Amino acid sequence: MTPRLLKRLGSLWPGRKSTLPLALATGMLTCTVYAGAPDQVTNIFKPLSTPAESVYQAALLTLAVCAVIFLIVGGLLTYTTIRFRRRAADDGLEPPQIYGSNQIELAWTVLPVLIVFVLILVTARTIADVQNQPAPPDSLKVTVVGHQWWWEIRYPELGIVTANEVHVPASDAAKRKLTFLRLESADVAHSFWVPQLAGKTDLIPNRVNMMWIEPKQAGTYLGNCAEYCGTQHARMLLRVIAHEPDDFARWAAAQQQNGVEDAQVKAGRQVFFSTSCVNCHAVSGTAAKGRFGPDLTHLMSRDTLGSGVVPNTPEKLRAWVRDPQTIKEGALMPNMQLSDKELDQLVAYLLTLK
Amino acid sequence: MTNEDALTIPVNPAEWRLPSRRKMAVACLIVTESAMFTIFVVAYLFYLGKSLIGPYPAQVLETPIISTICLLGSSLTIVLAERALRQEHRGGFHFWWMVTIFLAAVFLGATASEWQRLITVHHLTISTNLFGTTFYSLVGLHASHVVVGLTLLGLVLVLSMRGHVKKVHQEHVEMISWYWHFVDAVWIVVFTVVYVIGR
Amino acid sequence: MAFQEIALPQTPGTTASITERLHELVVTVDHKKLGLMYIGTALIFLIVSGSMAGVIRLQLAVPNNDLVSPQVFNRLFTMHGTAMVFLVGMPIIAGLMNYLVPLMIGARDMAFPRLNAFGYWMFLFGGLLLYFSYLAAPGLSGHGSAPDVGWFAYAPLTGRAFSRGHSTDYWILALLVSGIGSIVSAINVIVTTVSLRCKGMTLMRMPLFVWLMLVVSGMILIALPPLTAAQIMLLLDRFLGARFFDTQAGGSAVLWQHFFWIFGHPEVYILMIPGFACVSEIIPVFSRKPMFGYPLMVAATVMIGSISMSVWAHHMFTVGMTSVGNTFFAVSTMLVGIPTGIKIFNWLGTMYGGKIRFELPMIFCLGFLFQFLIAGLTGVMLAVAPFNWQLSDSYFVVAHFHYVLIGGLLFTIFAAIYYWYPKAFGRMLDKKLGLWHFWLFFIGFHLTFDPQHIAGILGMPRRIYTYDAGRGWEIYNLLSSIGAIFQAAGLLCLVANLLLSLRKGKPAGDDPWDAWTLEWATTSPPPEYNFETLPEVRSRRPLWDLKHPEDPDWKYE
Repeated sequence: MTPRLLKRLGSLWPGRKSTLPLALATGMLTCTVYAGAPDQVTNIFKPLSTPAESVYQAALLTLAVCAVIFLIVGGLLTYTTIRFRRRAADDGLEPPQIYGSNQIELAWTVLPVLIVFVLILVTARTIADVQNQPAPPDSLKVTVVGHQWWWEIRYPELGIVTANEVHVPASDAAKRKLTFLRLESADVAHSFWVPQLAGKTDLIPNRVNMMWIEPKQAGTYLGNCAEYCGTQHARMLLRVIAHEPDDFARWAAAQQQNGVEDAQVKAGRQVFFSTSCVNCHAVSGTAAKGRFGPDLTHLMSRDTLGSGVVPNTPEKLRAWVRDPQTIKEGALMPNMQLSDKELDQLVAYLLTLK
Repeated sequence: MTNEDALTIPVNPAEWRLPSRRKMAVACLIVTESAMFTIFVVAYLFYLGKSLIGPYPAQVLETPIISTICLLGSSLTIVLAERALRQEHRGGFHFWWMVTIFLAAVFLGATASEWQRLITVHHLTISTNLFGTTFYSLVGLHASHVVVGLTLLGLVLVLSMRGHVKKVHQEHVEMISWYWHFVDAVWIVVFTVVYVIGR
Repeated sequence: MAFQEIALPQTPGTTASITERLHELVVTVDHKKLGLMYIGTALIFLIVSGSMAGVIRLQLAVPNNDLVSPQVFNRLFTMHGTAMVFLVGMPIIAGLMNYLVPLMIGARDMAFPRLNAFGYWMFLFGGLLLYFSYLAAPGLSGHGSAPDVGWFAYAPLTGRAFSRGHSTDYWILALLVSGIGSIVSAINVIVTTVSLRCKGMTLMRMPLFVWLMLVVSGMILIALPPLTAAQIMLLLDRFLGARFFDTQAGGSAVLWQHFFWIFGHPEVYILMIPGFACVSEIIPVFSRKPMFGYPLMVAATVMIGSISMSVWAHHMFTVGMTSVGNTFFAVSTMLVGIPTGIKIFNWLGTMYGGKIRFELPMIFCLGFLFQFLIAGLTGVMLAVAPFNWQLSDSYFVVAHFHYVLIGGLLFTIFAAIYYWYPKAFGRMLDKKLGLWHFWLFFIGFHLTFDPQHIAGILGMPRRIYTYDAGRGWEIYNLLSSIGAIFQAAGLLCLVANLLLSLRKGKPAGDDPWDAWTLEWATTSPPPEYNFETLPEVRSRRPLWDLKHPEDPDWKYE
């Protein structure tokens, strides 16, 4: 559909209030032809990954069919309402009393069946394309474990554990690189939704779900938890960061390193290990092996704190460690009641965990 | 004039007969209760073999032959009681009705004894594992319906002893027997699922 | 006229005191009073729950808003959804069924009047119990308040571990109690319809309203028990440590979803079909033609009722079912759309060739037709499982179901109010105020819910208490919130109209709309015994036959 054709279709519509959504929708569709890099505005009609594109194709056809039905039936409704209204100069007699018509009723039963048949074929095909994709041997395997209200990300084959950001290599037409996500949950039901990469799939405790993505462009793809999971469901934000292949290799190598041991922050490390931080958090290469909260080994390599709530800056880090409840009310990390001095030392230590 | 006649403009009953209100209502009740039991049965079947720890069904379940015979037999005796009522044999009605109550009580007693054995000997409770959860809820739901039925049966017995139950109440009594047959039919399903398939 | 003197006073007279009138309501078993009590109570819950929606919209009007805390917000949307479905939708339907079915079939009351009253009081107490949770759920530990688990209460969020205090217990118990009212009404309607029809009224001569309510009642009988069962299981989990939904013990969270939606999907048809029932009475009268294709309408409704029992997992396309499972439910969901679409065509066929009178009942029906068309089409989009993987749990779904329930059901309820209020109270509602109601509400409805489709397409999930700026959602949320103000204004006009017209409305007479079904063959309001005499029923429109003896329906049907 070209932009020009869409504009002409838009102008056919009389100036009714319902034009706005239609115009915006067609505007969205137009934009998809020129989809560029991943966007802060996560439009499902701007797919940048194979499964999202398959869904998009099915969606376009469905939208087109529904639009035609809307125009025809809506048109009939409008026509009927206007043409058969009681006129001012009405003779007061009742109109012909028609009880039905077998032929007409048959026709408007058969026609929807045919339309549904077409939609079913498209649906079945797309379901198969997306769900039955086998995992190629060189695909990246990532395990995502949902927690209240953060994401645990593990790369079993690479020995990496991180949180809230899924780093993957971008795919190339020449050498395709798929990423397969294994979805689990440690507590309640969550859902992994990065609109520009794929449809959402739920993370359900005592169940393993699989999904795959194939980002075509490097960049940061935003997403949200899409299954209500309690107090801070709204702030369980998601980031998938696609790298060029070399860049990804560099990232992975850095993540595989143990936690930095900087002598200058010995005091802070002391605070970390003597307070109950280690009960929930892990830093690889140290005695801290807590699994309840995010792995902190490379905390400072991440863009945000609290799973997307605030940017990862020293001030915000300090505020978070002082009292997470001021940033993410209801978060399961309590206020540790640290003194200012302990807080400064601890933050200085955490800032070294790059 | 019966209640039905007072509700509509009097017509010749032969020309315009509609199904009995009581029968329709009890049929609806049976449909809706069946829907609820179905879900508990589905849960039972779904969780078969999924308990993470024991005890497991094959280890602890003993087929309740006697209590099943009693319960199913009570369906027969209640039919005999109804027939006696239709023939206006008050003595016969009372006898078979009391036998029905007795058989139902035996069933409940056997269930109670089974549960006591499961809890004290095998340490199987509703919270032990999935088997315990689904077993006690399904069998318990059925048993609660038996208790309700027993209450209704007892009520009718008391009313009848005082001379309030006559042949004209044949349909009222029949409705209670419909409910009773339903409870028995559910037991057949529960028995099959728990003691036959489930082991 | 003679029979008006025999009739007991229905409208408030000067002789009865407030206490006497209230006492009459407490002890009544009259289906008309109970019907009005159901509807009146539901409207009060509508205002309470609607106000909650107003607060939700205020919170979401701008990004990063802190009007309410996340905990309060989560309770708000849970209570809003739960109350709207169970304390507004279901009782309005029970009220319409109870008021109209006996009148339409020429009966004196429902089959079981005392059971009817019992059902109403169970509904009321269940509803009060739900709101009582604000006060009592904190209990001794201070945990808990109103339920905050969403209206479909997914496991294991509802388990003891994640839902402390008694909020979830109040959710369960309130619904179990008020659900008794629904089941009781359903049994009553089925038995009444089957066993109390007046002479000559065969099943295929019943008003379509009665047919559809019969189907709805059958659906209630079969669809509500799964919810009851699931709630009992949850109660056992929470109080006796059962493991139904305890994932640590091998329990399945998905099993709750299956059980809930086996109830939940038929439930939304249970909510919508009564809307179809009202519309199927109103459109013919205001088009001056009989219903086009009555037998097909009956068949389509029965098909909807039965197929709707097999579509439930389209609410679960994202839980990771196999491709076979997903395809099956996509197919069944699209199939159920066919009879639903057919009904729209039959209504259009009724209007076509008629002489449409733009009275308020018909105006609301026109709004319904337009909006339900859109709602059905967004439903088709959601039926396409892959499309659903993007749209589910987003504001697109919120927009879809509000389109069905407000744009569809509520508009038909409004139509029904304007149509049957004169029968119930003997007074017409004011047309001018009614037009204000319509336009304010229509504008508000579209302002609120049209943009939500786009917010969903742009990736906005549902049930979030706030959102960041820069995601592109701000303008749609702002428009959505402004619309709420218009809807509130429209509702105020309705409430004012309802109250003022009680005294000041134009006297209606028996048959103000020149209609054709039996309820218009008695006074407005009807006497307690409903009918002094009944016209002979030889066709679907007995009053048409009376008014047009030269051209009666029974010659053609």
